[in-house]
Amino acid sequence: MSATLLDEAPATGSADVRPDDAEVLLAMSRPAGADARQIEFAVPDAYCVTCINAIEGALARLPQVTSARVNLSQRWVRVVFAPERGAVLDIPAAIRRSGYRTHALDPVTDNGQDQVLQDLIRAMAVAGFAAGNIMLFSVSIWSGADAATRDMFHWISALIALPAIAYAGRPFFRSAYAALRVGRTNMDVPISIGVTLATALSLYETLTSGAHAYFDASTMLLFFLLAGRTLDHLMREKARGAIANLARLSPRGATLWGEGGETSYIALDQVAPGMTLLLRAGERVPVDCCVLEGTGDVDLSIVTGESMAVAVAPGANLAAGAVNLSGTLKVEATRAASESFLSQMAVLMESAESSRTAHRRIADRAASIYAPAVHASALLTFLGWGLLGGNWHEALMNAVAVLIITCPCALALAVPIVHAVAAGRLFSNGIMMRDGTGLERAARVTDVAFDKTGTLTLGHVRYAGQVAGDAAALAMAAGLARHSHHALAIALSRAAPDAPAIAGEVREMAGQGIEAVVDGVAWRLGNARFCGASESGDRAGGAGTEVCLGRDGRVVAVFAFEDTIRPDAASSVAELAGRGLAVEMLSGDGPRAVDAVAGALGIGRHAARLSPEDKLAALRESAEQGRRVMMVGDGINDAPALRAAYVSMAPSSASDIGRSAADFVFLNGRLASVPFVLAVARRADRLVRENLALAIGYNALALPLAIAGHVTPLIAAVAMSSSSVLVVANALRLHFGANLVAPVAARPAPVRAEELLS
Amino acid sequence: MNGLVILIPAAICLGLLALVTFLWAVRTGQYEDLKGAAERILDDDSAPGRRDEP
Repeated sequence: MSATLLDEAPATGSADVRPDDAEVLLAMSRPAGADARQIEFAVPDAYCVTCINAIEGALARLPQVTSARVNLSQRWVRVVFAPERGAVLDIPAAIRRSGYRTHALDPVTDNGQDQVLQDLIRAMAVAGFAAGNIMLFSVSIWSGADAATRDMFHWISALIALPAIAYAGRPFFRSAYAALRVGRTNMDVPISIGVTLATALSLYETLTSGAHAYFDASTMLLFFLLAGRTLDHLMREKARGAIANLARLSPRGATLWGEGGETSYIALDQVAPGMTLLLRAGERVPVDCCVLEGTGDVDLSIVTGESMAVAVAPGANLAAGAVNLSGTLKVEATRAASESFLSQMAVLMESAESSRTAHRRIADRAASIYAPAVHASALLTFLGWGLLGGNWHEALMNAVAVLIITCPCALALAVPIVHAVAAGRLFSNGIMMRDGTGLERAARVTDVAFDKTGTLTLGHVRYAGQVAGDAAALAMAAGLARHSHHALAIALSRAAPDAPAIAGEVREMAGQGIEAVVDGVAWRLGNARFCGASESGDRAGGAGTEVCLGRDGRVVAVFAFEDTIRPDAASSVAELAGRGLAVEMLSGDGPRAVDAVAGALGIGRHAARLSPEDKLAALRESAEQGRRVMMVGDGINDAPALRAAYVSMAPSSASDIGRSAADFVFLNGRLASVPFVLAVARRADRLVRENLALAIGYNALALPLAIAGHVTPLIAAVAMSSSSVLVVANALRLHFGANLVAPVAARPAPVRAEELLS
Repeated sequence: MNGLVILIPAAICLGLLALVTFLWAVRTGQYEDLKGAAERILDDDSAPGRRDEP
C-alpha cells in the first residue's frame, strides 16, 4: 500500500509540479449540463498542433472526459468531464503523462462566460459601426455639401446615432445614475452629460437646419471609451476563490476511536480536544492533533509547501489539512476544528487584505481631479458666453464643445492599453498577470521577500554528501535504497548509480526506513533512531535532512541531503539587489537549512522557523515602516503573506491556494521572472504616466480653443481620434526590449525529458 | 442626388451586415483561440475534441 502511494510522489514531484487535490479540482470546476462538469487547466508549454493533438488525444482516452479542447492563444485546455465515471485527478495526470506541465485554472466566473465582457464588446461593436458610418456623412458635410444635402445627411446621422447611443451608452448612463443617486460623482457623469447634451443639441440643430451637428463626435467618443473600458475589464482582478478552496480542504468529519476499540464517524465540529481519532491511509488530517500510535508518511505540502512526504512517529504534531499517505495512525485531537490550521489560515487570509487596498489605481486618482475640472470649465464657458455675449444658444454650443473636447477618450485608454500590452508581454514570457493594479503596485516595490522551499529551491531533494562513515558505506546504502520509492532513497540511489541492489530479505518500514539482512548482518537505512542512535537528532526538512546507515544497531554512516536551489536563483537575487531592492528570506524551515540557502544566494536578511502568522507580522512590520514588499512564495502557509504583501508572485508549482492569492504566477519555472516582472512594471508605469501626460496635454491645448468657441465638429473629431491613436502607439512601445526566455516554440516539453532521465 | 438614394441605404445595409457578422462571431466564440485555429488547419485527421489512436 505504502509503495503504491509513494510511487506517485517522485513521478509528479520531480518536475515543476505538485500533486493536485481532488477536492480542490472539483471545487474549481463548474456544472456544464447534466452530470457533467467543466474545468480549465493551464498548459504553458503547448505551442503547436502536435501539442494540441497530444493533449486532446490523451484526455479523450479517459472514460470520464466527454470533451477536451485546447485554447492555444491562452494556453489552456477546457475539459468537460463526468465525475462519477472516473477520478478528476486522472485529468491533470493524463496531461502530465503526455509530456506537458499543467495546473488547474481558477474559473473566471460562475458559468465560464463573462457577461459583462460580452455586453461591453457588443456595445463597442455598435458604437464602432455607428461612428464609422456617421463619419462618412460628416466628411461629406465638412468638405462642403450644400444646405439641402447637409440637412439630409444630418437626418440620416441622427437615425443611426440615436439608437446606437441609446444602446452603447448604457454602461455609462447606468453607472452615472448610480453614482448621482447616492450623491457622488464619477468619470461617467461628465461622459454621460457630454454625450447626452451633444446628442440633444445636435438633434435640435438638425431640426432647425443648423450647420453643426456632433453625432459623429458622440458616437466616436463612446467607441473609444468602450474600447478603454473593455480592456480595463479584461485587466480587472478576477474573483479570488482562495478562501473557498481552503474550506474545501477540510474533511467533513473524523473517525472517533472509542474506549473499547469501536469506531464511529462524527461530524467535524463535534471533534473536541482530547478525543482519540483514527486516521487511515489516504485520509486528510481533520483537526490539529498529536500522534499516539503508529507510524507513517504524511504529505505536508499543503501546510509547509514541502513536497516531500515527512515520516511521523508517536509524539509528532500534525496540522489539519495534511494527508496521511501510509499506515494507520491513532491520534489525539489537540485543537477543535475552528482553531485548527486550516481555519486559522482562512481567518488570516480574510484579514490580510489591508496593504493592497491602500493602493489607489492611477486612473482613479487622475479621474478624481479631472472630472470636477471638466464640469467647472464647461459651466464657466456656458455662463461666460451667455452673460457676456447674451446668446444662450451659442453659449450652449460652446459648452458642449468643451465637454466633447475634454471628454476623457485618451485618458480612458491611457492606463488599460498599457496594462493590456504589459499582460501580453508577460504572458509571452510565461508569466500570468491576474490583476492590472498588480502591475502598478509592482512598479513601486522597495523590498522583495522570498519563501525558501519551493520558491528559491525546487522543493525536491538532492544528495549533498556523506557526513560520517567510510566510502564503502555509500555503495551499501545505495544498494539498500534501490528497494524503496521514497524521495530520499531515490536521491541516494542516484548518488551511486553503479552500486548493485542488495540481494536478500528486504523490508521497508513506513516512516522509518529499510531493513535488510545480508550474510547474517542486519543493515538498516533510515532515520537515526531506527538505525540505533539514541537521540533522534535534528529532523528539519529540506536542506539539512540526514539519513543514517546502521549495522547491527549501530550507526556507521550518515548521508546529508539538501534541497535543489533553482538554477537562476542566485543571478535573480543579485539582479534585484543590484537594482537597489532589499532582498530577504522568510522561511518556515529550520535555521540550518535557511542559513545554507541564504549563504549560497547571498541573502543577508533571513528568518527561519516562521509560522504563517510570523510571516504576516514581518510583512506588516515592513508596511508600517513604509516599505512596499513583494512576496514570492508558494505554499498554503505563504498564502496569507502573499495576500497581505503589497504585491505577490507565485510559481505555477505552488499550491492552488498560494496561486490564487498571488498577483502574478510564473509558469516558466524561472526565478528570473521576478526581476523581469519588476522591470516590465516599471516601464509600464512610466508609459502610463507618459500617456496621462499626453492625454492631458492634448486637452490643455484644445481646451482654450473650445472655450473661445473655435472648435467645430471637425476639430473635435481630429483631436479626439489623434490623441487616442497616439496613446495606443505609445503603449505599444512596451513590446520592445529584451525577453526573458527564448520563445516557447523553441523549447521541448520539459517534463518529458525529466521523465526519460528518471 | 438620385445615386445617393440607392448608395446610402446600400452602404448602411453593408455596414449593418458587418456589424451582425461581428456580433455573431463574438457570440459563437470565433475569437477565443485565433492561434489554435491557425494550427488546427495543418492537422487533417482530428475532429475537435476527439481523436483516435494515431
